[in-house]
Amino acid sequence: MSEPKEMMSRPIPAPAVYIETKPFWDAAAEGRFLIGRCLDCGKAYWYPRNICPHCFSDHTTLEESPGEGVIYTYSVMHRSPTGPYAIGYVTLNEGPAVLTNFVDTAPDGLTIGMKVKVKFQPTAGGPPVPVFAPV
Amino acid sequence: MSIKGKAYLMGAFEHPLRDAPDTSTAQLHAECARGALADAGLSHLDVDAYFCAGDAPGFGGMSMVDYMGLRNVRHMDTTETGGSSYIVHVGHAAQAIAQGKCSVALITLAGRPRHGGNRPGARMAGGGGGGGLSDGAPEAGFENIYGGSTHNTYGMCAMRHMYEYGTTSEQLAWIKVAASTHAQWNEHAFLRDVVTVEQVVNSRMIADPLHLLDCCVVTDGGGALIVTSPEVAKSLNRPKVGVMGAGEAPKMPLGGLDLDLTHSGAVWSGPRAFAEAGVTPADIKYASIYDSFTITVLMQLVDLGFCKKGEGGRFVADGNLISGVGKLPFNTDGGGLCNNHPTNRGGITKVIEAVRQLRGEAHPKVQVANCDLAIAHGTGGSLGTRHCAATVIMEREG
Repeated sequence: MSEPKEMMSRPIPAPAVYIETKPFWDAAAEGRFLIGRCLDCGKAYWYPRNICPHCFSDHTTLEESPGEGVIYTYSVMHRSPTGPYAIGYVTLNEGPAVLTNFVDTAPDGLTIGMKVKVKFQPTAGGPPVPVFAPV
Repeated sequence: MSIKGKAYLMGAFEHPLRDAPDTSTAQLHAECARGALADAGLSHLDVDAYFCAGDAPGFGGMSMVDYMGLRNVRHMDTTETGGSSYIVHVGHAAQAIAQGKCSVALITLAGRPRHGGNRPGARMAGGGGGGGLSDGAPEAGFENIYGGSTHNTYGMCAMRHMYEYGTTSEQLAWIKVAASTHAQWNEHAFLRDVVTVEQVVNSRMIADPLHLLDCCVVTDGGGALIVTSPEVAKSLNRPKVGVMGAGEAPKMPLGGLDLDLTHSGAVWSGPRAFAEAGVTPADIKYASIYDSFTITVLMQLVDLGFCKKGEGGRFVADGNLISGVGKLPFNTDGGGLCNNHPTNRGGITKVIEAVRQLRGEAHPKVQVANCDLAIAHGTGGSLGTRHCAATVIMEREG
């Protein structure tokens, strides 16, 4: 039996938190993943904001999401002092694509279409941030 | 109001330096301006419009107009769309000239990423820093923390393109092979060695699926352009390169529904420029195509209509982009992949080489015969997140 390959991980800096996005980060600190939803056109969106990027309505909310979806694309960065890491987009089951890092997998362990789920990774001096891992 | 035939590219200059430890960024801008004005046979006092983007130091356009003593400027535009800014500027300059706002427009770019300024990837490198509410780019908290750089965000596009269309690393490598074949004749090129497909695909992986040789060079330096009114152009003793059409188009996630990373904003900017010029891709004799990475070239060529969707890989392979060999000679200066990508912005060198080709002043080994119609196209920002595409079509007059 061969040794398991090293799992990718990457230290993530604290995110910029704005007045507009503080509710998202407060929920993240409680382990809850929120996405934007327009109460007029009904469409979901990412990243969270108070004005709907689909219909320009200001009648919007943040709703809790299970954070489940599939990998739309990814790229494993090899030019990194902290080891390889994967950036990519998840297409959430609700529709929006989310830019993120993929964790808990080896550098050659990702494929487009793979099912993934959100988890939160701690940051230094800031709220935890959403990352995605294969399910 | 159409810009067709209303403005001419009459000066172009590419700074010869590729490593500038001892020249300030402002000075590089000014040296480029001097070169382009000398090429056109004009003085800085003739300049009545100035165009620059985010690479201009200090207060941008205001700092540079003062530094260069451009006391007759009456029109300014500091539109910032990353590397494509300068292509946008050509179109905007033509509009301003057509409307009588100015008659001699100067566009400059310069920077020194090898010496601390404008480091590649810096745009998305950092987080927001803990503590306290800040305000800035609205997407920052949700994107900048994930280690996105140009390499891996373009890598994401290449990965999806391969998944949907079967595009291969070998096909992408042909783009670098073509650029290097041209660069061998450019005495100023940062990389002059001709490379093979095998060398490209066997170079070390940077960001899947992009190898080291799929990436452009990092160079200091810059460039400048002069756009004039027909009256000024007529008075100058230089070949006339007319600006025939221009298009620009931003593309971004816009909420993230229906994300499609297999095309760029060129699907919109290209048709706008072709329609204004009244020509089609089949009429183009030479193409300057932004080559931050090999995948950038492939996607833009497809988006501009040089081949059908899904056929980009086959179109760029087997030397089809090599001058004198293939059907569409591209980036005959060696492009950003081999020649120059000053301060990580390649738009201006795209226009400069197109002007050389239309004047018949490209290197004889890469000069396209009877080159009377050319396109320069660029993508600024990131293909994988948000960017602006810009297209300019130029014609040799007389």
